[in-house]
Amino acid sequence: MSAETSYYVPAQSRWPIVATVGLFLTVVGAGSVMNASSAGESTGMSWLTFMIGALIMAYMLFGWFGHVIQESQQGLYSEQMDRSFRWGMSWFIFSEVMFFAAFFGALFYIRVLAVPWIGGEGANTSTGELLWPEFEATWPLMVNPNNELYPGPSALISPWGIPLLNTALLVASSVTITIAHHALKDGDRGKLTLWLGATIALGVVFLYFQGYEYVHAYNDLDLTLSSGIYGTTFFLLTGFHGAHVTLGTLMLIIMFFRVRKGHFDKANHFGFEATAWYWHFVDVVWLGLFFLVYIL
Amino acid sequence: MSAVIDNPSHDDHEHHGPTKGIARWLFTTNHKDIGSMYLWFSFAMFLVGGCMALTIRAELFQPGLQLVEPEFFNQMTTMHGLIMVFGAVMPAFVGLANWMIPMMVGAPDMALPRMNNWSFWILPFAFGLLLSTLFMEGGAPNFGWTFYAPLSTTYAPDTVTYFIFGVHMMGISSIMGAINVIATILNMRAPGMTLMKMPLFVWTWLITAFLLIAVMPVLAGVVTMMLMDVHFGTSFFDAAGGGDPVLFQHIFWFFGHPEVYIMILPAFGVVSQIIPTFSRKPLFGYHSMVYAVASIAILSFIVWAHHMFTVGMPLAGELFFMYATMLIAVPTGVKVFNWITTMFRGSLTFEAPMLFSVAFVVLFTIGGFSGLMLAIAPSDFQYHDTYFVVAHFHYVLVPGAIFGIFAAVYYWLPKWCGRMYSEPLAKAHFWLSFIGMNLAFFPMHFLGLAGMPRRIPDYALQFADFNSISSVGAFIFGATQLLFLYLVIKAIRSGEPATDQVWEGAEGLEWTVSSPAPYHTFSTPPEVK
Amino acid sequence: MRSRLVKALSLLLSAIYAADVSAEYGLNMPRGVTDISHSVYDLHMTIFWICVAIGVVVFGVMFYSIFKHRKSKGAVASNFHENTTIEIIWTIVPVIILVVMAIPATKTLVEMYDTSDADVDIKITGYQWKWRYEYLGSGVDFFSNMSTPKEEIYNAQEKNENYLLEVDNELVVPVGKKIRFLITANDVIHSWWIPDFAVKKDAIPGFINESWTRINEPGVYRGQCTELCGKDHGFMPVVVRVVEQSEYDDWLAQKQEEAKAAAELAKLTFTLEEQMERGEKVYATNCAACHQPNGQGIPPAFPSLVGTEIATKLLDKHIEVVVDGVAGSAMQAYGGQLSEVDIAAVITYERNAWGNDTGDNVSAKDIVDYKNK
Ligand code: HEA
Ligand code: HEA
Ligand code: HEC
Ligand code: CUA
Ligand SMILES: [Cu+2]
Repeated sequence: MSAETSYYVPAQSRWPIVATVGLFLTVVGAGSVMNASSAGESTGMSWLTFMIGALIMAYMLFGWFGHVIQESQQGLYSEQMDRSFRWGMSWFIFSEVMFFAAFFGALFYIRVLAVPWIGGEGANTSTGELLWPEFEATWPLMVNPNNELYPGPSALISPWGIPLLNTALLVASSVTITIAHHALKDGDRGKLTLWLGATIALGVVFLYFQGYEYVHAYNDLDLTLSSGIYGTTFFLLTGFHGAHVTLGTLMLIIMFFRVRKGHFDKANHFGFEATAWYWHFVDVVWLGLFFLVYIL
Repeated sequence: MSAVIDNPSHDDHEHHGPTKGIARWLFTTNHKDIGSMYLWFSFAMFLVGGCMALTIRAELFQPGLQLVEPEFFNQMTTMHGLIMVFGAVMPAFVGLANWMIPMMVGAPDMALPRMNNWSFWILPFAFGLLLSTLFMEGGAPNFGWTFYAPLSTTYAPDTVTYFIFGVHMMGISSIMGAINVIATILNMRAPGMTLMKMPLFVWTWLITAFLLIAVMPVLAGVVTMMLMDVHFGTSFFDAAGGGDPVLFQHIFWFFGHPEVYIMILPAFGVVSQIIPTFSRKPLFGYHSMVYAVASIAILSFIVWAHHMFTVGMPLAGELFFMYATMLIAVPTGVKVFNWITTMFRGSLTFEAPMLFSVAFVVLFTIGGFSGLMLAIAPSDFQYHDTYFVVAHFHYVLVPGAIFGIFAAVYYWLPKWCGRMYSEPLAKAHFWLSFIGMNLAFFPMHFLGLAGMPRRIPDYALQFADFNSISSVGAFIFGATQLLFLYLVIKAIRSGEPATDQVWEGAEGLEWTVSSPAPYHTFSTPPEVK
Repeated sequence: MRSRLVKALSLLLSAIYAADVSAEYGLNMPRGVTDISHSVYDLHMTIFWICVAIGVVVFGVMFYSIFKHRKSKGAVASNFHENTTIEIIWTIVPVIILVVMAIPATKTLVEMYDTSDADVDIKITGYQWKWRYEYLGSGVDFFSNMSTPKEEIYNAQEKNENYLLEVDNELVVPVGKKIRFLITANDVIHSWWIPDFAVKKDAIPGFINESWTRINEPGVYRGQCTELCGKDHGFMPVVVRVVEQSEYDDWLAQKQEEAKAAAELAKLTFTLEEQMERGEKVYATNCAACHQPNGQGIPPAFPSLVGTEIATKLLDKHIEVVVDGVAGSAMQAYGGQLSEVDIAAVITYERNAWGNDTGDNVSAKDIVDYKNK
């Protein structure tokens, strides 16, 4: 239980409303880009809306976080405030866990239940017999129930090439960020900079390989978003993971610049820690992906 | 944008009063301002969603198509459900949380005040987007508030894209709001306010917030899958590519069932505050109340498929979900029994908050009973997707969630604005609502049992009489809400001044501060014995 | 306000009274005509009365305190707020009650799931907005559309007693036989329901759900689609005629005859007038729901067919759209639903009605040729 007697209540702030407008324009823009391109119409204005929204969001992020950093540097934050941030970040990560859980759950349901049912297993024998007589349930699904509408992939990505390498990269990056964190706690700025930089490098290389693998899948393997449920789950899971790695890497880069500017001290460095938590989370999701999407 | 330290050692707080004009509301970081905005927004949405309900009821007043075409009817049903759930009930509870939780735990404000403001302001934009689809080509979403694929993917109007992004925005808002509530409760309690001393409203919100953080991302996940199916050629919900439309329902209801408890747990909290006050007697079984709420929340994660008894699940699944659903009656029963035992041998008075709370207990229980009947899988084959289900959920939502909100508003309004509402007007509001609401929703049980499906714009002749009664009731209930609006405004502008204690039997930190509560409450934490 | 209230209340009272007098006003679930529906009804009533009993006890205590323990009657509050014994009791007792409910429920459910050893297999497919019934193994296959005229729906004409619950082709099944339903859908999810059988199963596109019934009494039983399936979800009734076995056999034989005769028809040629007449009927039952009786459609969801490229010029495209449908849209492939004669007729109709006046006369042979291409 807290014993502090002083609370910090921030003054009025324009950032939330700026953030709202930015978010609104971004999603309206994105939505109309999608609608217009699905209908084969011009997307110029929609892209413009989207870009304006995204720019406002970027402006807001710099402004808002900049402001928080400034407050923190001024020593306005008590230990209690620090704990609020910690709770906030932990529960945010929990919400991300649940977001991925939805996709992992979908994968589980498809593999264990839906695809076998279409193949006529379980109580649903007539589904296979009457509706999909040609279809054979296998995983990964190379031939889809309606292979004209959704032509299946011609080959798959072997887990033991790039994916294994990527696993090594991410696991290593979790180690390097921890080393950096310890260095920060020890006040060893040089070591901190070095290992933080190494983490960023590992993240970037990971992303490069991931992109390379996608290109390979699209160009050589006919493994695409529309190659049936295997491609669907593969790209959605790895894609959202990749997006999170990108975000994590950006956060790390920002931390890197903050370290260079002399921010953080041995005791107060929650921004750094939050980034590290996030990075570990992204790493754990990858391990799940590696086992459930690539290997099994 | 200079940072101001709210430093309580300067005992002078003059410069912390609200700024004037629109800027106060746009930029505010004050939990009371934000709470008020949530409440007003919610009421506006209640009126909009209610007008849609009245459109439905007017069309269903007699058989035949007279006012609206089927396409538009489906849009009304869908938007009514969405707006009431996400626009009226949830924001109202967040508004109450904003106002009351800091005061009840002895905190100066919410833990993350700027994010708090952001959570609110996303909502008007999200609903603006959603409502604007009514005026777009192709019309608003028309696939029900449960938006089952593939009706909501392959066969949906183009506006489904904006619907999806609207849901994303609401999700972001809810998750941030919930994070804020949790951080406030876990971190901002005054010294001595241990978890087991917290008022039940705070407890129920803590658990609600947990549910929100756990399931809103799942909703975001499922609408994202829809988006991919609509625009990017994936096949989550299409058997032709190896997917399954029923997958949508599993993910949706994994969100959807906890969602219905999100809409009732804070009302449980409100009623648990009010009944002891007007019984002048401490709440019976405080500990078991807390455990009951926690059990309901945990169970709510393993019952989702009771909405899907007819989709053709394997027998074992059917049985599991039936048994798990039935179990929820036990902790809910504990709560009902505790409320009643609290009243037993009390010294009861029946001001408006108490009237709404007593009606809540009775009518929610009736809704719970019909819920239990729905939980019996073989019988649910008969009830499913009929007006019996509509009757069930309006009984738990209207005299449940909505009456809970009314009770809370009457109970705390004097604390918010320092003035009393008019008790005779409030009693009129109660009785007219009570009559109107029962008239509107009770006959729906008969309609459903007799076989009237839900979501239809026209019906067979044998359903005519109960439908017209129901429509009359709906209009009575709806019109009564204008009285509520009037009496709240009247109270704010010219009500009698309220005392600090307000209610004779009231206990808790919020009653120790002046009425109206100062703009910044506890800048020095109070000591809780 | 008051007069409205009085009106509403008197309405309610009269309705309850009327319910007593005439069985027409269902207040309760029908008992139905199958053993399963009887079990379900009994289960429903058992649980209902248990709930009523609990309600009486719980609300009884509550109203007792409301009347006896009022402050205005001088009641003084006591201060008790915990009692472990009673709390344990009121946790255990509901559990026991639930177990009592779960036993018959489980039994009935297990029975419902036993689809083995059926005498007749019928595949039911939901379409926007009609049902298709295929008698597996006998070659009988037809669609069932709602037959209530638009005039009744739009209040231009008196509504008949089976308003909205009547179809052009009923599902006919024999009494006393175990009938297995294989339920699926072609586009979106529908749900097939006959209250009197206590059979309700969702029709999921791409999957087949099984269900069964054994009906004890001949008669006509009516139900509706119960899963929101788009615009005309409310206009998608299910009608089943239950007949004696011999009558069923005759009916089946006659249906098989009709199918043969329809195939013969394809060899004949028709004049434009004959085509228009047939086409108009086909259009009204199959197409008007979306493209509207006047051909204007409901843009943008359902396109107009008046004066458009496809309906006036591109004949091949026209045939293609109708026969194969448009993938990923509500426009179904009618090639498998309508006979070649009907398709030819409806296309001819569309090309000549509403001022399209192309003079084209599409023959069944054209359709056969297209299909064989
Ligand atoms: C606030 C919202 C809320 C709440 C609290 C509940 C509470 C419950 N609901 Fe409800 N429900 C909805 C909102 C809610 N529901 C909505 C919106 C839908 C429809 C969604 C849609 O399709 O659009 C729905 C639909 C729905 C269905 C699906 C019906 C169908 O579509 O076929 C089922 C089935 O099991 C169900 C069951 C229950 C049960 C068992 C409870 C239980 O929690 C009730 C427990 C309470 C009691 C039982 C009463 C008090 C207890 C006692 C006095 C103790 C003693 C009692 C006994 C031992 C019997 N609900
Ligand atoms: C919290 C949630 C909530 C609330 C409060 C309500 C409130 C009401 N609901 Fe409903 N409802 C749902 C949640 C809710 N509902 C959901 C989730 C569905 C399912 C949707 C779906 O199937 O997808 C549904 C569906 C639903 C249906 C079934 C539609 C169908 O199946 O086609 C009906 C039909 O009568 C209905 C009626 C009403 C009525 C009359 C009210 C009344 O209580 C409303 C009263 C309020 C007002 C009327 C507004 C205030 C008054 C004014 C603005 C003044 C003007 C009025 C006059 C002058 C008279 N609702
Ligand atoms: C369930 C609704 C529905 C029904 C019933 C329906 N259609 Fe359509 N129809 C559509 C839709 C939707 C389209 C637009 C498809 C697209 O291009 O995306 C369409 C397109 C068409 C077109 C092409 C029009 C154009 O200009 O692109 C023709 C011709 C047509 N339908 C004829 C028919 C005929 C003949 C019938 C009845 C046998 C029929 N339709 C029944 C929904 C329906
Ligand atoms: Cu078909 Cu509803
Ligand atoms: Cu539920």
